[in-house]
Amino acid sequence: MPSGPVLSAATNPWFSWDYLERNGADVLRYTEQHVSLTVQAVLIAFVVALPLAALAHLRPRLAGPVLAVTGVLYTIPSLALFAVLAPVTGIGRTTVLIGLVVYALLVLVRNVLVGLQGVDPAVRDAARGMGYGRLRMLVGVELPQAVPAVVTGLRLATVSTVALVTVGVVVGYGGLGQLMFRGFRSNYHAEIMTATVLCLVLALVADLVLALLGRLLTPWRRTSRTPQVASGAHEEAAWTS
Amino acid sequence: MDILSEALRWLNDPLNWTGPQGVLALTRTHLAISALAVAIALVVALPLGLWLGHRGRGATVGVVVANTTRALPTLALLTLLAATGWFGNTATALACAVFAVPPILANAVTGVGGVDPDVRDAARGLGMSGTRALWTVEVPLATPLIAAGIRTGAVQVLATVPLAALVGGTSLGTIVVSGFATQRYGKALAGGILVAGLCLLVEGLLAIAERVVTPPGLRGRGRAAAADEHADTQRARSAQVAATARRGSNGSAPLP
Repeated sequence: MPSGPVLSAATNPWFSWDYLERNGADVLRYTEQHVSLTVQAVLIAFVVALPLAALAHLRPRLAGPVLAVTGVLYTIPSLALFAVLAPVTGIGRTTVLIGLVVYALLVLVRNVLVGLQGVDPAVRDAARGMGYGRLRMLVGVELPQAVPAVVTGLRLATVSTVALVTVGVVVGYGGLGQLMFRGFRSNYHAEIMTATVLCLVLALVADLVLALLGRLLTPWRRTSRTPQVASGAHEEAAWTS
Repeated sequence: MDILSEALRWLNDPLNWTGPQGVLALTRTHLAISALAVAIALVVALPLGLWLGHRGRGATVGVVVANTTRALPTLALLTLLAATGWFGNTATALACAVFAVPPILANAVTGVGGVDPDVRDAARGLGMSGTRALWTVEVPLATPLIAAGIRTGAVQVLATVPLAALVGGTSLGTIVVSGFATQRYGKALAGGILVAGLCLLVEGLLAIAERVVTPPGLRGRGRAAAADEHADTQRARSAQVAATARRGSNGSAPLP
């Protein structure tokens, strides 16, 4: 019973409710795979990126090399990276996960670094005047100040990771990309379109959730309307990667 | 290590380099498709970006465009095009161009729009018309950023083209995909090395080209400004920042 909007010829429509009803289990399974891969990759990348960025911030001499290495890794196309990784890590989840972490890393490191460096020097001075040591200042003052930039980085990394998971089809573990590819192989328009729409929805939902999280984490930015300029600066940080 | 030696053997076989499906021919196709895609993106994005930046608006347009395409998987666009009957190299170029437009557009808007208002005022004070100010003042000042945007877009395209092999396109990605499909992982590895090498090589060449086209007066300015006051740091950073405006669903977007 195709009750959804049927746009194309009835034989091979782009949107079909019928498809979803019959393949609900499959769609759910691949969506789950997609979500778990994304979440895992972003979390691992975040855990790695935070100390890296902090190190680059504390030792400015290391900032260049850290950014250069992550930048070179970032330039390597995903398809090539998967091909290089596959012999070592095998076909499947691990390969895709490592690739995703590598790509999320640069975005996160750069955004966290921008956030840390963008802390108002006056605030830093005040902290130093109160007797804060270098490490305590980093954890107690600079990191909280950098939260908006960090959240921006997380949003960027998450949205691009959601899109990137699909390339995992080459090693047979591409989440919704698996559906897209299957739909392409069997020329099933509804399957391709469903997977595409689900990808976009996932990205949108993840972005919204993280934006909300950012708002919850920085209550001080909500109460006063003054730091409009600051928020503009962080919007600019959105262009970091 | 078996696979590594298999890859080296594959790379050492002259038969794999010549012929219609050889590495050389595939590289040529790869570069041709990429060039076409970048050309399409330039024709669309550059005039629009310059105009929007000159008019002092469009920053939000850039953000929206960049964010939408970031969420859209490359593979999805390629399969959608292929499923509607758009096969072949032109379709691939078209799909890749879609992903090259945002960095070029965003950087053109940011670059031209970010020109110091005082400089713009001075140009008007000298009696320049809007168009003349754009070409003789704003565009030269924005050249580093515009060049960075084109470089980002080009590398992005170069990294996206291999994906088309999944839906039947020809490029260096064909080696990787067919290697995976036939479970000859040495071949896939060899293809991966070739694709990565090509991307890094072109990236390096474009970085040099970027330095060459930068007007002499602007060279090394980013570093000098970074040592300056906070506001200047902010501007310098936003310049570097915009240089890698986005990334798509494949690896690219280089360091400034």
